[in-house]
Amino acid sequence: MSMLPILQTQDPYLERLPLLLREAFTHYLPEPWHTLSNQLISIVVILSVFGLLFAILTLAERKILGHVQNRPGPNRTGFFGMLQPFADGIKMLTKEDIVPVAADHVLHLLAPVSLLAASILTFAVIPYGKNLVALDIDTAALYFFAVGSATELSVFMAGWSSNNKYSLLAAMRALAQLISYELPLIISWIPVVMVASTLSLTRIVSLQSGYSFGILPHWYVFTPWGFVAFALFMVSALAESNRSPFDLPEAESELIAGHLTEYSGFKYALFFMAEYFGMTALSGMAVSLFLGGWNAPSPYLTFIPSYLWFAVKLLSLLAGFMWIRATFPRLRIDQLTRFAWKFLVPLSLINLVTTAFWILSQNWGHLYFIPRLIITLILIVVPYILLSKKLGRGYAVRTYTYAPQ
Amino acid sequence: MNDQTLNLCLLFSSALFCIGLITTLSRSSTILILLGIELMLNSANINFIVFERTQPDVSTSHGTLFVLFTIAIAASEAAVGLALLIALFKHQRSVVIDDASQLKG
Amino acid sequence: MNATLLITIGVTLISSAVALSLRNLIHSVLLLVITWIGICAFYLIFNAEFIAFTQLLVYVGAISMVALFAVLLTRVAPSTNQRNKQSVTRFIYALITGLSLFSLMAFAVLHTDSPKEKVEALPATVYSIGKALTEEYAPALMITGSLLTLAILGSVLLAAHSPQSKENS
Repeated sequence: MSMLPILQTQDPYLERLPLLLREAFTHYLPEPWHTLSNQLISIVVILSVFGLLFAILTLAERKILGHVQNRPGPNRTGFFGMLQPFADGIKMLTKEDIVPVAADHVLHLLAPVSLLAASILTFAVIPYGKNLVALDIDTAALYFFAVGSATELSVFMAGWSSNNKYSLLAAMRALAQLISYELPLIISWIPVVMVASTLSLTRIVSLQSGYSFGILPHWYVFTPWGFVAFALFMVSALAESNRSPFDLPEAESELIAGHLTEYSGFKYALFFMAEYFGMTALSGMAVSLFLGGWNAPSPYLTFIPSYLWFAVKLLSLLAGFMWIRATFPRLRIDQLTRFAWKFLVPLSLINLVTTAFWILSQNWGHLYFIPRLIITLILIVVPYILLSKKLGRGYAVRTYTYAPQ
Repeated sequence: MNDQTLNLCLLFSSALFCIGLITTLSRSSTILILLGIELMLNSANINFIVFERTQPDVSTSHGTLFVLFTIAIAASEAAVGLALLIALFKHQRSVVIDDASQLKG
Repeated sequence: MNATLLITIGVTLISSAVALSLRNLIHSVLLLVITWIGICAFYLIFNAEFIAFTQLLVYVGAISMVALFAVLLTRVAPSTNQRNKQSVTRFIYALITGLSLFSLMAFAVLHTDSPKEKVEALPATVYSIGKALTEEYAPALMITGSLLTLAILGSVLLAAHSPQSKENS
């Protein structure tokens, strides 16, 4: 939903359908109001789609976790538990909003609101389809991470305004986690910018649109440096959105509920909405930067509209997040900060060197593709093995009590 | 970009500079002194950007680059200043700047 | 002179002025964060997008965290944070200094002739900034990088050095 006033007439009908629908609405307004109403309709659609996705995700997560753990999950409210999110919503809205007397009331209210505002603002630059981006700016990737880093302030406000020593301690631990993982998160997509020479997300997605030999897409995840960068980005995104196995800030056995101890009712729901929005936005970024955005995986499948491909990729990444939550145990705070600083940051810096080598050796000619690949793989695999051996030294070999050997 | 807007923006950056100066000179807590210095650096950045966007240099964007380096230097100065503050606090258990008046210790 | 510019300037100046006069340090730092967001909005009005988002990332995302942690780690009992005659005197002298400097700068701004030809600003794309950083300003970039590394190392050493070992050495 860009600022372009004209529609491409050569694209298939399904592709142009959202823009045609929007035109049908703004057609009735006088001429000076067209831009404003286009933008407002974009905002309303993004908010409603991702709000509904949040509701469905809470249910999907509980069902997936349940089936992995050999139990059915919520299945009593409605058919297959479909009405469970709405039941949860009604419960959250009608719960009593308890605020401690000595708490800082203004900051106590402002923390979830500013967290949600920052999370929603990050949805503006992700390209959802061929012409569907709310804000097509030159510095889109920088905007995303700049606004995303404003969420850390809300975590601090939540912890401090509760006037509770344990909330404050937990908020500082959550902040330590967030700022530790921001570094590998940002360094991991810099190789993409190096290759694409632009920060604009629409341009990065359109650069990934070719196909080699008719079958292999030009997505960045299919290059060696891109694969490493994608893996680093996904791990850091897990930590940035406080998801398992990095969910120390919101675990029930850790200082009650961490920095959210003194929150109840709707404000608690707002924190979780912000977490799911952050998770969705980071997955959207991963899809745009590494997985080719709205491009189809094969030139024979381009009849399916671009926004559907984006949705498929986004939902598969989110399902991956939930799968990881069901599988791994939680990391301690010293384990996760050590993981970030001693493992992820050096690997992401070495990935920068690898990408630089890949770019500078691009004009060696097609004959040299195999040597380039081998040198790149050596540059990636050798530091990984060395670092993991060095950091894993000194710990006992893991023994399984219940699993068969 | 007419004359009036340019004057307004320059007055704004001067006012921000003076607010930062008053903060630095009048508060006794070291943290606010450091934040006043940050505000003064910010107001200088605003000045650079206003002049660059109204009367630009045609070849390269010198103003933007100067502002980038200023932001980087201001960030490192804030980090070092606040680390010094924490070290000072461990020594004298107070952040009031008047208490740091002894050469001994 | 449109309404957006006036509102941004007003919000920034008011929040920075209130931030300097509060007793509670955490509220001061949070109001200063609003000031920095206002400055980011000001840069966006002037189409300097890259600088605006860099300001947001560095100041609001990082320096505010450092300042808040410093405030939390150096907390004292609130009874020492009172107004007394000495601080009022200091404030009046600082106010006189600030106002005289502001009047001097305002006089300089208002009585300078503007240049005769009005040049339209070129769009400062990220590509041109990147090109300048790697071609013309590359030495400055590398020096800034090493300076930032040294600053991080130095601040970690300073803040982590405990007074116990200092007395023994």
